[in-house]
Amino acid sequence: MSTFEPVLTSNITKENSHTLDFYQSIGGYSAIKKVLSMSPLEVIDVVKASNLRGRGGAGFPTGLKWSFVPKDSEKPIYLINNADESEPGTFKDRLLMNKAPHQMLEGMIIASYAIGCHTSFIYIRGEFYREYMLLEKVVAEAYENNLLGDNILGSDYSLDVVIHRGAGAYICGEETGLIESLEGKRGWPRIKPPFPAIEGYLQCPTVVNNVETLSCLPHIITRGADWFQSIGPEKGPGPRLFCVSGRVKNPGVFEEPMGIDLKDLIFEKAGGITNDNKLKAVFPGGSSSAILTAAEAIDVKMDFEELAKKKTMLGSAGVIVMDETVDMVHACLNIARFYAHESCGQCTPCREGTTWLVKMLTRMVKGRGTLKDINMLFEITDNIGGLIDFSKGSYGKTICPFGEAVAWPIRSFVEKFKDEFIKYLPQEKVAA
Amino acid sequence: MSNKDIHEDSFQYTDPDKVEKIFSQYPDKRSATLPLLHLAQTQGGYITSAIINTVAKLTEIHPAEVMDCVSFYTMFYSRQQGTYKLQVCQTLSCSLNGADDIVDHITQKYGTQPGETTSDGKFTLLKVECLGSCGTAPVIQINDDYHEGLSIKELDILLDSIP
Repeated sequence: MSTFEPVLTSNITKENSHTLDFYQSIGGYSAIKKVLSMSPLEVIDVVKASNLRGRGGAGFPTGLKWSFVPKDSEKPIYLINNADESEPGTFKDRLLMNKAPHQMLEGMIIASYAIGCHTSFIYIRGEFYREYMLLEKVVAEAYENNLLGDNILGSDYSLDVVIHRGAGAYICGEETGLIESLEGKRGWPRIKPPFPAIEGYLQCPTVVNNVETLSCLPHIITRGADWFQSIGPEKGPGPRLFCVSGRVKNPGVFEEPMGIDLKDLIFEKAGGITNDNKLKAVFPGGSSSAILTAAEAIDVKMDFEELAKKKTMLGSAGVIVMDETVDMVHACLNIARFYAHESCGQCTPCREGTTWLVKMLTRMVKGRGTLKDINMLFEITDNIGGLIDFSKGSYGKTICPFGEAVAWPIRSFVEKFKDEFIKYLPQEKVAA
Repeated sequence: MSNKDIHEDSFQYTDPDKVEKIFSQYPDKRSATLPLLHLAQTQGGYITSAIINTVAKLTEIHPAEVMDCVSFYTMFYSRQQGTYKLQVCQTLSCSLNGADDIVDHITQKYGTQPGETTSDGKFTLLKVECLGSCGTAPVIQINDDYHEGLSIKELDILLDSIP
């Protein structure tokens, strides 16, 4: 592991790393030259062989997603770059957009070519205004140099890229919510199937890929699927941007091979816990993942499969660290409030359930909770997102995975730190 | 509101070229809704019913469908905000690193509760959810700009420097 060289972030500390001149000086845009001489099917095969899995949260195999797009589509095909980064604990895509935007754009061209798309969108979250302004320049620069537009680099392939700003809605990071939003509607996720690859934007075949996923593509093309596959675990290889925040000395984005020990991320990369306090709990993959206790966290690898075994997930690889000073009931309320605010309101279990959670947890921190409330918290989370039982796969009570994204973390708080919840109950109610 | 009112209540974009450019980027008209609302809000400060009606006419959808977007997305405002919107992230990583103190400090400094605007119309204090910059918590976004990892003292210097 010590031989790992950063791939996606290798140049981000260099001056003007966002410019086309710089990117070309380090060999940028050579991958699209190679791609334009390949057939789209060959490109899909390379990406499939690399075993690249989506970096947005769900971890779906990218090549497989592309292969669902109908080959004989009479309708236009769209690629959407999901730059709506809004999972609490995640701040890697913003870094890539600021420091290596051409790498991402080259990835978009590769993906577009592979699926036969001629109009591609960057859906960037509305709050990232400076990044939006930068991307406008980056895209214009690419057009001026025949890297976008008609007949890219003299080939017969043409592609337009449009930057679309969101307007403040977490749910628009969910691919079908994003598509609705792009269509000029509120971001209400759609029932799947049909999957976006068949009927997405304007009912046309659409692929939605995350910024980091796309940024991997130029490297896969240049260095080959075998090289990518050789980094980290077989079932989900590659470099990964791990974001570490919360109660650590040196928070930040760390590019490491998939499968790094969570302990190393926290104690080495992020410099350990603030004030050398004791570790208490960790979100391994954004606030939608179930939390791990300190004992669980120091003994787990940051890998899709390993984390699933611990009944949580790698998600967006946003690690949020909580130390001994953190009040778990307050932290739980903070997360519940986030989800209540961001629930799109379409499905009753989620809309009502998240509000209930906030009401109950607020009552609890004010010292007005009852023992019954604790069981009720389990009941509500079960109603929103099903039990955490991967073996039974019992999810799907809401249209989109937001339900599980609320239920899993909240339930894990109550399950793993029940003592702290009980401490908030008035004494007479505990006795009763 | 009668149909007649809807049509008379209109808003003028100061830069029609920008409107045209927006439409040229999308395969259909409705997709232009969010960009048109952003553009209008930059011009007018908040979304009025005149803006809603104008956007509806341009995109050929019902004003209620435009209103749907205005009420759904947090970045569209239905009433006048202060010149400077102080948007304090309150989600977990920021909260664990002093975001609550920042809100309290601004509340005391200007006598405004979250959601309120100072009487001179200069500042509006807003509590917002995750701004996607957890590594530099606490984060406050003032209008379009992120200010990251500020102590209360640094925040004071920043706020006092705003003319």
